[in-house]
Amino acid sequence: MSELSRNVLAGDHRSIARLITLVENDEPGAVESMKQIHRYTGQAQIIGVTGVMGSGKSSLIFELALAFRAEGKKVGIIAIDPTSPFSGGALLGDRIRMTDLSTDSGVFIRSMGTRGMMGGLTSSLYDVVEILDAAGMNVILIETVGVGQDEVDIVKIADTTLVVLIPGLGDSVQTIKAGLMEIADIFVVNKADKPGVEQTVAELESMLDLVSKAERRTPIVATSIKQKKGIKLLVSKISEHQEYLKKSQSFDKRRRQRYEAELIEIIRKRLMGFIFDEKKLKKTVDCCIDQISKKELDPYSAADEILGKILK
Amino acid sequence: MVRKIRVLVAKPGLDGHDRGAKIVARALRDAGMEVVYTGLHQTAQQIVSTAIQEDVDVVGLSLLSGAHMTLFIDVAILLKEKQMEDVLIVGGGIIPQEDVPHLKKAGIAEVFGPGTPVEEIVDYIKKNVKR
Repeated sequence: MSELSRNVLAGDHRSIARLITLVENDEPGAVESMKQIHRYTGQAQIIGVTGVMGSGKSSLIFELALAFRAEGKKVGIIAIDPTSPFSGGALLGDRIRMTDLSTDSGVFIRSMGTRGMMGGLTSSLYDVVEILDAAGMNVILIETVGVGQDEVDIVKIADTTLVVLIPGLGDSVQTIKAGLMEIADIFVVNKADKPGVEQTVAELESMLDLVSKAERRTPIVATSIKQKKGIKLLVSKISEHQEYLKKSQSFDKRRRQRYEAELIEIIRKRLMGFIFDEKKLKKTVDCCIDQISKKELDPYSAADEILGKILK
Repeated sequence: MVRKIRVLVAKPGLDGHDRGAKIVARALRDAGMEVVYTGLHQTAQQIVSTAIQEDVDVVGLSLLSGAHMTLFIDVAILLKEKQMEDVLIVGGGIIPQEDVPHLKKAGIAEVFGPGTPVEEIVDYIKKNVKR
């Protein structure tokens, strides 16, 4: 095992951070370490926090992290912000709300840009979750970018997905029906110190009346960071959901879904890498050109052969 | 994939003026960098542990209160203690010219005063980033 992997497993912050950089940039050593640490993963509880822009996701994550820390759990936080499609740069500002956690050695926070990935996540997120899991984090909180309606990929990774809303969205709660509505394991109505909470909760309730299955009705928790309200209830609803997953065997199903999504993502990245690595592709193609010009091979069979090699 | 330069823009100490820091943060983002912005009132410890977790290539410190000789140097010393010598440290704000040589000696690679065109900062970082 490489020294880097060993240090990651020991929970060394510098090494965790370095490995995340390696996987984000697809640098040498990344894949080797990811292979080595996989067998040490699977212990962490993964919680996704998604919701509209400005709904207070970062502040909520800060409060949740404090609550989990009070239980003696180690907490990993992944905060995703959008990468500019024009400059490729990103302003990652979620830590502003989490300042007091930055010197707690039981907390590891990493800010990430989406780097061109759609769906509210970033393509190396699966790897980063595995790294934090292997490094001994008991809880991993993932903050997606502020989403609209159909950025729902977080469900492929999280065991429990929180959808955060705020009062005063009014009829726009209706518009989330299709996307966000379907992925929530728990609804959080944050900023409950603002007027209109009851209405937002009532709207959600009436929507749930239509879609809820008998076995489990999605709970709605009203929270206020300002007034420190609802966080305890939210934490208990999260652990209730964990219990539910384990009892109903959905837990394994969710984990299988995550690995499926992760595997497909790795294959996608590799294929893209091959296709866009023109030098490599040209070299492969060159071998067949001679044969094609001598009529020993037709272009279609050559393509089959090359793709066969790539896909092998 | 091209390796992105990651920069931490931090405001150490008690001054509450972050417009300059925000303008620099935006300029660096527009130059294609990933900029972690942590907000006001950071201690040296907070800045350094953030730099470690975020694995940044550059730490940019902004200070207008006059405490740069303590706070900038504290950050530099702590980074060194944590074996983060490959991090480029730059500073900005209201820094008297006579302090600059001392800061440079302590490990602050460059100091950018008021009126510096942001392009100059971008170029400097691109040219001097250590990894």
